[in-house]
Amino acid sequence: MATYSTNEFRGGLKVMLDGDPCVIVENEFVKPGKGQAFSRVKLRNLMTNRVWERTFKSGETLEAADVLEFDMEYVYSDGEFWHFMKTDGSFEQFAADERAVGDAAKWLKEQDVYTVTLYNGAPLNVTPPAFVDLEVVDTDPGVKGDTAQGGSKPATLSTGAVVNVPLFMEIGEVIRVDTRKNEYVSRVRNG
Amino acid sequence: MSWEPGATPAMLRARAHLLRALRDFFDTRGVLEVQTPVLGRHTVTEPAIETLPVTVDGLEAWLQTSPEYFMKRLLAAGSGSIYQIGPVFRAGEQGRRHNPEFTLLEWYRVGFDLEALVVEVGDLVQEVLESPRPHVAEYRELMQAHAGVDPWRDEPARLAERASAVSGIPREQLNRGEALDLLMSGCVEPALAEQGPVIVQHYPSDQCALAAVTEVGGVPVARRFELYLDGIEIGNAYEELLDATEQRRRFEADNARRREAGQPIPEPDVRFLEALEAGLPPCSGMAMGVDRLLMHRTGAGSLDEVMAFSRERL
Repeated sequence: MATYSTNEFRGGLKVMLDGDPCVIVENEFVKPGKGQAFSRVKLRNLMTNRVWERTFKSGETLEAADVLEFDMEYVYSDGEFWHFMKTDGSFEQFAADERAVGDAAKWLKEQDVYTVTLYNGAPLNVTPPAFVDLEVVDTDPGVKGDTAQGGSKPATLSTGAVVNVPLFMEIGEVIRVDTRKNEYVSRVRNG
Repeated sequence: MSWEPGATPAMLRARAHLLRALRDFFDTRGVLEVQTPVLGRHTVTEPAIETLPVTVDGLEAWLQTSPEYFMKRLLAAGSGSIYQIGPVFRAGEQGRRHNPEFTLLEWYRVGFDLEALVVEVGDLVQEVLESPRPHVAEYRELMQAHAGVDPWRDEPARLAERASAVSGIPREQLNRGEALDLLMSGCVEPALAEQGPVIVQHYPSDQCALAAVTEVGGVPVARRFELYLDGIEIGNAYEELLDATEQRRRFEADNARRREAGQPIPEPDVRFLEALEAGLPPCSGMAMGVDRLLMHRTGAGSLDEVMAFSRERL
């Protein structure tokens, strides 16, 4: 496996640290005029999502992490695993466990495309697109003519996610949701 | 990166203004501006400084990391106090506050001891940068207060243990110099950031290439200080070593360390040593990073903002 030296450290680089795959968030070169050079590095552990701060002597190396991101279509869940398929025509399938899917589970809609991060060939993480369109399957009855006023109510979406929506929203309507903030964005007319 | 420069037109004006103010400062004090070669046959032996080699028409040469040796040859030849503002190069230095090429202000004051130079640097900070006068702090006291170590009394193992705790680098991988550097940048510098301009003086004698050594508080200290602005190292000053034999010994010690680390071994600059033998007048000298001065003056966050074209834009 390739290795990276401190002078190649850049934001986004995936490396192994203490046996875990990490992504470099920030690398600061530190060197007193008369002293040794160091790299002060912030890394996010991809297994735990925790951010580590570590200092390396200049010229030290870290092994590259076998971490790759692919677009994959969500196929189905068997209750234990969530199955994804590459969109590159290979039809290659991968089974992601609960730890890998995490919070993304509530946004998964069959045949939609997600970013699946593979570590040593197995799903490490599933990231939904920033915006997804989903159908409202349960909410209190809509308040007609109340489109201008504020106020909101919880709505359950087809994937099980619950978001706050405007009071006029009805069951069966399709809405656009910002998955990063868990927020209603707009109504989708042709959903 | 686009074709555009990193520095805005306003920043270019601020740079021109700073250069003019620095020249005015020294001209008024009767310090002579000089120019010495950027390309030299010799370079420094300091293991922490990596020089860029260049071959010019069969001459194996080096891009100078500081004009020190040439300027000292001028001093030995009777130039009197001199200053220079020009480009220098250091390999392997790249970051928010590092660029392989940068502008150095270096000056030597004949007849000045370290204390006299502390006063002059205070004047410069006040007059040119319009900042408050720096207060003077002892390296040893800062290390005791902020890093919890005494570099003169503590064993190397204790220093390495503290530095390891601060950095996460295993302690067996840290020598004394590295441990002190980590404690300075990890513990002391963040504290200095809260204090405005600070002069840190009296470093351990093993941390200085070309400084004279004296005893302070029962321990040998280098006649050296550093200027810090907002916790950022701006420049280094020495009361200069005059003894050619001691200088030759330090060159050899440096190159022994270089050999051990597998670094290139620059031949000691014989003409510089001959100049020392001929007699360097007692003097003190300082080098300051002009680009970092400009960062401080303008509140810029990186060298890229204060240089027309930093390395990324070449």
